Amino acid sequence: MIAIVDYGAGNLSSVRKAFDHIGAEATIAGQSSIIDAADRIVLPGVGHFSALSALNESGLRDSLLKSIASGKPFLGICLGLQWLFDGSEEAPDLAGAGLFPGRCRQFPAKVKSPHVGWNSLSLSGASESEHSKDRESGPGKSGHERSRLLCHLPSDPFVYFTHSFYAPVTHATSATTDYGLPFSAAVERANIFGVQFHPEKSGAAGLLILKAFCEV
Amino acid sequence: MLTKRIIACLDVTGGRVVKGVKFKNLRDAGDPAECADAHARDGADEIVLLDITATSDDRQIMLDAVSRTARTLFVPLTVGGGIRTIADGAAVFDAGADKIAINSAAVRQPELITEIAMRFGSQAVVVAIDAKRRNSGFEVFVNGGRVPTGRDVIQWARESESRGAGEILLTSMDRDGTRAGFDCELVRAVTQAVSIPVIASGGAGSVSHFVDVFREGQADAALAASIFHFHIESIEHLKRELHAANVPVRWPC
Repeated sequence: MIAIVDYGAGNLSSVRKAFDHIGAEATIAGQSSIIDAADRIVLPGVGHFSALSALNESGLRDSLLKSIASGKPFLGICLGLQWLFDGSEEAPDLAGAGLFPGRCRQFPAKVKSPHVGWNSLSLSGASESEHSKDRESGPGKSGHERSRLLCHLPSDPFVYFTHSFYAPVTHATSATTDYGLPFSAAVERANIFGVQFHPEKSGAAGLLILKAFCEV
Repeated sequence: MLTKRIIACLDVTGGRVVKGVKFKNLRDAGDPAECADAHARDGADEIVLLDITATSDDRQIMLDAVSRTARTLFVPLTVGGGIRTIADGAAVFDAGADKIAINSAAVRQPELITEIAMRFGSQAVVVAIDAKRRNSGFEVFVNGGRVPTGRDVIQWARESESRGAGEILLTSMDRDGTRAGFDCELVRAVTQAVSIPVIASGGAGSVSHFVDVFREGQADAALAASIFHFHIESIEHLKRELHAANVPVRWPC
């Protein structure tokens, strides 16, 4: 069972509907006991970084960190990805989980903010031509092949974003997107996954990502 | 690269999709959930449901239409029409909308923009502006285009942004349903005045109109209804043509 963490931020039912659609059992949960019992955890969320303070107040933060440390697959979506980092300029006093280094920052003034719409993913670790070579020659070593979350995607997939702050590119970045500058569109390390975009609103590509999460 | 969005709009009344010309002469165009699904499969980047009569009697019918539409739709869904209070907005989000569009109520109580943005995030608030040409510019109309407000469109777009709107849905009343092309001058005036995305609406009739509104109007997204419903243009064909014209679009999708 997948627990979709309810901390009062964002459209949780759309995430649940997407899991329903691919035949995965998911439940919206605001209590630690349900999260502790789940096989997989999804932390969604849209809006202001300060909304994540509800995790601290409710004690859910400790449950999430414990589950992650135990090796349970975890997927952060949008604010949920940003929570995995040290923090955000959007709410400087609120600490993130600190599982990935760096702070989320606002997009530069040269681009419109929020970043709204469908943008493409650059899968990390290899150029496009290397990707296609890898696919032709079976399992390769590109970032595309290594990412367990993005493994089912076609090349240059488009996904739907809506956010004003972005997470920096780190060694754990599995896909970047360009919007005024390259940022972390997806991160991945062992059982910890995060996506800045909304897989539940990204059409067929998004459903493939959620399916991959159910299989890791 | 961030792509230009093609948005299919479903005008809904009494639970059915309808389409008129210059906000009048309505024709039946089908079931909202079926239309939304068909448009998404055809390549629509987003779906907008607008309750164009939005009386309190229709409220429950509309919420049912929203939840039926949202159930199997995996692209963003915006819902507008008759949202007057934060409770109205919350009901629409609960039914499965990702964003809500507010129009008349935002003009009457601009603080509603801020209230909804604070509770659901700016990304969830689309301020819809119905604009009509006047001698010296563009005037904001409300109540489905029936009531002039004396407000200037550019000023109102700027105020909406400063109050927390995440996007502007800009409809040219002069072009609505005419298929004579978007009002690129209007669109460009607004895109240059605000830094949030602007969705151009009203007048779509051919591929070249979309190319014009993205190039000359600098629109971030373009919305159309009648040309998609009545199969004058398919979204798939439109996107292929836009791609060929070097307008960045989500294609293939």
